[in-house]
Amino acid sequence: MLALFEKFRKGRFSHGIHPRYHKDATQGKAIQRLAFPPRLIVPVAQHIGAPAKPVVNVGQEVLRGQIIAEADGFMSVPVHAPATGVVSSIGLMPSAAGPKVLSIVIDVYKASSQYVLYGNPVEPETLDHDELIQRVQATGMAGLGGAAFPSHVKLRIPHGKTAHTLVVNGCECEPYLTCDHRVMLEQPQDLLQGIRYALHITGAKRAIVGIEDNKADAATAIKAALKPDDPITVELVETKYPQGAEKMLLKSLLGVEVPAGGLPIDIGIVVNNVGTLAQLGKLLPKGEGLIERVVTVTGTNVAKAGNYLMPIGTPVRFILEQLGITADHEKVILGGPMMGMSLPSLDVPITKGTSGLLVFQERTFLEGENDTAVFPCIKCSRCVDACPMHLNPAQMGWLAGKRHYAEMESDFHLNSCFECGCCSFVCPSNIPLVQYFRIAKAVNREQKGKA
Amino acid sequence: MSKKHIVLHTAPHVKKPQDVPTIMRNVVYALLPIVAFAVYQFGISVLALVIVTTLACLGTERFFNWMGNKPSSLSDWSSTISGILLALTLPPGFPLWMAAVAGIAGIAIGKAVFGGIGYNVFNPALVGRAFVQAAFPVAITTWTPAFFTGRFSEFVPSSLTAPFMMPPETAEWVKQVAVDGFTGATPLSLHKFQHLATSPMELFTGTVAGSAGETSALLILVCGLYLVIRKMMNWQIPAWIFVGVVVTSGVLYLINPDKYADPVFMLFSGGLMLGAMFMASDMVGSPLTPKGVMIYGLLIGFLTVLIRQFGSLSEGIMYAILLGNAATPLIDTWTQPRLFGARRKSA
Repeated sequence: MLALFEKFRKGRFSHGIHPRYHKDATQGKAIQRLAFPPRLIVPVAQHIGAPAKPVVNVGQEVLRGQIIAEADGFMSVPVHAPATGVVSSIGLMPSAAGPKVLSIVIDVYKASSQYVLYGNPVEPETLDHDELIQRVQATGMAGLGGAAFPSHVKLRIPHGKTAHTLVVNGCECEPYLTCDHRVMLEQPQDLLQGIRYALHITGAKRAIVGIEDNKADAATAIKAALKPDDPITVELVETKYPQGAEKMLLKSLLGVEVPAGGLPIDIGIVVNNVGTLAQLGKLLPKGEGLIERVVTVTGTNVAKAGNYLMPIGTPVRFILEQLGITADHEKVILGGPMMGMSLPSLDVPITKGTSGLLVFQERTFLEGENDTAVFPCIKCSRCVDACPMHLNPAQMGWLAGKRHYAEMESDFHLNSCFECGCCSFVCPSNIPLVQYFRIAKAVNREQKGKA
Repeated sequence: MSKKHIVLHTAPHVKKPQDVPTIMRNVVYALLPIVAFAVYQFGISVLALVIVTTLACLGTERFFNWMGNKPSSLSDWSSTISGILLALTLPPGFPLWMAAVAGIAGIAIGKAVFGGIGYNVFNPALVGRAFVQAAFPVAITTWTPAFFTGRFSEFVPSSLTAPFMMPPETAEWVKQVAVDGFTGATPLSLHKFQHLATSPMELFTGTVAGSAGETSALLILVCGLYLVIRKMMNWQIPAWIFVGVVVTSGVLYLINPDKYADPVFMLFSGGLMLGAMFMASDMVGSPLTPKGVMIYGLLIGFLTVLIRQFGSLSEGIMYAILLGNAATPLIDTWTQPRLFGARRKSA
């Protein structure tokens, strides 16, 4: 009986939602390289933490793979030139989030072979722990899943803690996105190499790759590439949003709950995204930097939807032009539809954390209509049933309406909300719940800063 | 691709299509077969009753919109539901002017004073019914026999009572039309006051006297099921009410089967089905969490049996639901969801 219960629980977490996935358009498309754009816009802050410091000057020639901005402290990673060319300017440029950010603009040489000349090969197995962490930092890796947390920080086990398990996140639970799926299918060797390095660095005894069951082919590809002595297993989990949230994934895979307010390492687990580890497996032994990534480009009426390998810093406008997207597409989103950002400008670049570029005619895009009227909360409890963190979005929504932001945090765990958007997705009254919570969190942060 | 085409919007960018009017509209769809059966059973008096209460509810809603300088909220369909539900809970021959009073009171006292849809504590239809129960206690306990001949050609005499007049004594009329064993007394009052049992099959199919829309347990279950399947109703609420009713009446029945009704009778008689499926499950007045819903449902079931067996009324579901509505805010505070990753209280 208990075993039956265990079987039922396996691969699942409670709550969450089932949006339409729309992955058919791109999941069968092999990764293709996109042409080099004439101009790259490379922000110095593409990761969470201190921005990198530019070390090149305007007019200076840079070679593909060369460091153009150095890490500024431990919570920072360097930025490498994504292509050979000339630095045409260093200044504030538009970003996806809205405010302009310091960026290094490179005019790309048209005739260059774009061969990567910079590298510092090494055998990671021979290095000690601190050297390895430095090496990872030198690659400029930040989580490619979207959050862009510096990889070396994530792989370093805090003092006094140990990691027993490395969980590799291959869920890709956001609708439309398929870049991680393609990486798992096409580069299982790189991924496994990255996992081995990560095991080595963290000292974890085993690794589990968690993949949603709508990508069973990816699991098969990885299993086929496993060596017999790899302490790595691949497991399928339920296809459901937000399965890719690390706390949900750990619940599904291991049945454990990360303590509220805590991190996976508090229970001895390190989580990394598959795309990140695949890049790490490729870059770490060569000692190269992260200069390109795979981005899913798709949406309504996007004829050449697919997964494209492109230099970091490629402007959105260039990608759209290359793929012949010219019709009246009214909404462009970086990332997935649940958590991505709709763009204020097309002159915004692809960065390390960009997993998708979605182009939509507003009306055809939504499962429903996003501009229908907002109704008062009818207490239908759908948000309560959807919240993967088991919060009470309805209650917090009422408090937000009254601007009782402090109470939301003190009594209703506002800070445990990771803004997955399930509550807003299901709300039949179209109340912008998660948007309220973002505002409330920002206000609370500001209040605390003042105090 | 000029800049003016760019639309800014914050995540999430996808949305489930179900919105409030869609849900409410589907509740109306689910109620229509019950209305149709009630009209078939009791004739044009019920048809007039539904029209009057619905118009009264819509008119009152619109009036308060106008008073508050707010756009019309009729298109959310919630007042239509209140109107239809209210009619279904009234006796088929209920004077139409009293029905209008019930509709106006339901929306005004039950909903508008709280601030409209979503803000009301009590189910507006039940507030309306409770209001007329207090105001017109005789009229609301005067029943019409089911399937009387001529129900499509003439109104029940009490229906057309002039405003501010009490309905004429209908007892004689009831006796006249009571043929084929159908009487004007409801199964609950028969049981309570005369200790006569009605067969479960009659209760289940609805060939008995009673409020306009409460007689056929089967039909109500089927219509409720439609909403459950379309994921527009929380099935746990009626389920827990049924559990509450069966357990409470079961205990009483075991103690004294001669005095107390058996659980099957309790479940299928009176307004229990209609109340449990369509009024207690009203989202606005019911708790948010599964645990809260359980407490709420059990409480309503328990109170219904208690009122039916020990109160002076033969029917109890209405007051039980209103009390459940009243308890909801408290239940909600008691049953906050356990935060993911929060330590469980050690037993």
